[in-house]
Amino acid sequence: MSVENQVIAIIAEQAVLEPQDVTLDSTLESLGIDSMGVVESIFAIEEAFNISVPFNANNPADSEFDISSVASIVASIKRLQAEQQG
Amino acid sequence: MKRVVITGAGTINALGHSVASTMAAMREGVCGIGALDFRDVARLSIQIGGQVRGFETAGRYNRQQISLYDRFTQFTLAAAKEAIEQSGLSFHGELSARSGVVLGTAGGGVSTWDDNYRAVYEEGKNRVHPFVVPKLMNNAAASHVSMEYNLKGPSFTVSTACASSNHAMAQAFALVRSGMAPAMVTGGSESMLCFGGVKAWEGLRVMSRDACRPFSANRNGMVQGEGAGVFVFEEYEHARKRGADILCEVAGFAMTSDASDIVMPSKAGAARAMAGALQDAGINPDEVGYINAHGTGTAANDKTECAAVADVFGPHADRLMISSTKSMHGHLIGGTGAVELLACIMALRDGVIAPTIGYEEPDPECALDVVPNEARDAKVNVVLSNAFAFGGMNAVVALRRLQ
Repeated sequence: MSVENQVIAIIAEQAVLEPQDVTLDSTLESLGIDSMGVVESIFAIEEAFNISVPFNANNPADSEFDISSVASIVASIKRLQAEQQG
Repeated sequence: MKRVVITGAGTINALGHSVASTMAAMREGVCGIGALDFRDVARLSIQIGGQVRGFETAGRYNRQQISLYDRFTQFTLAAAKEAIEQSGLSFHGELSARSGVVLGTAGGGVSTWDDNYRAVYEEGKNRVHPFVVPKLMNNAAASHVSMEYNLKGPSFTVSTACASSNHAMAQAFALVRSGMAPAMVTGGSESMLCFGGVKAWEGLRVMSRDACRPFSANRNGMVQGEGAGVFVFEEYEHARKRGADILCEVAGFAMTSDASDIVMPSKAGAARAMAGALQDAGINPDEVGYINAHGTGTAANDKTECAAVADVFGPHADRLMISSTKSMHGHLIGGTGAVELLACIMALRDGVIAPTIGYEEPDPECALDVVPNEARDAKVNVVLSNAFAFGGMNAVVALRRLQ
């Protein structure tokens, strides 16, 4: 499965939606994922991709991991994969 | 109803091994937070905390005692010794039969759990020490205090996460106020600074990697501490008749439950607890000079707490002082309210308001007088101590200068 589809599956599960209802443009907020859901999603991403995600729930905007949309999450994962496994 | 006063105080925490050294550090704005030092710390992403340094068990406890005392019990007994010696009480006869111990802790013997899980899971051992259970149980500390000081009345442990100590002290206060107990030993302790304890907290993503900066716009989370605070709460006439040195009066308390979210704080729940404590104590909001904040340094707590203070106090919110000493000793979780009560006693007795250190940038959502970075001399007659726990359980204690 591609990174895109894996992230969509993780986010869809967290939002209690079908994967087809989640697009790359979706924001976590628009999908109804709250701060607890964000932290759980990050954990699921770390487990799925075997990476360590720098994320502090106190200031998500300042974290190096961009969670503003599904597409930005995918890009951040690809960057971390390159950094941490390259 | 009886009046209740505090006649003894004791502590051990990252700022000091006694009340005097802790208060001196609070006056000086000392930061007790530093690099954590314990097994496997390199595997943690959070490597700072308010760790107690230089605490030697040798000479303090014998071999048999050490085999029964988790670190949270060791801290409790050290603080209880200081508090009970200061009070001058010795428990015999009727006083012994009716006085007890109520202590708070969130985790109890966390390092005992951690060490023994490591032994059976990681090291593959199939045998553990016979005293693992009596060592790790949450009421171990209260039990050992009762045994050491002959306290045979109502004794139990309260566990409400970060509000444990305040809930415990509220129970002790209620027992003395109602006349059920002439004196109660109360407060709380915590010792979660071990690999498993910090690893669990890391998961929530609310811990800071560099500093605890309550109310500062650039705050980025909480920092854990460890230690204990223990007090002697005594019925006023009992204390007066024996000529005890009275530190201050415990005037009232309130407990509320948010009934909303397991981790996110609620402005309404916090406000109801503060307003309830004032009502219970018969105090007008404008009499309050200082609030020892819950002030964890997380984005959510600090703005919610400030909004709740503004709701309860109205225009007076801009005249009172509010500080978070967690910036110095870290968040002692179930023991935090007890150590923070020392800042309240210092404010009432010595007229010194402990600062919020690490304060760097004003936050419009925390626009109160947070006593930034330097202690302040000010005479205050009434203070509050806030504790708002995960699980939405809040406990606020009101203290008054004895008049």
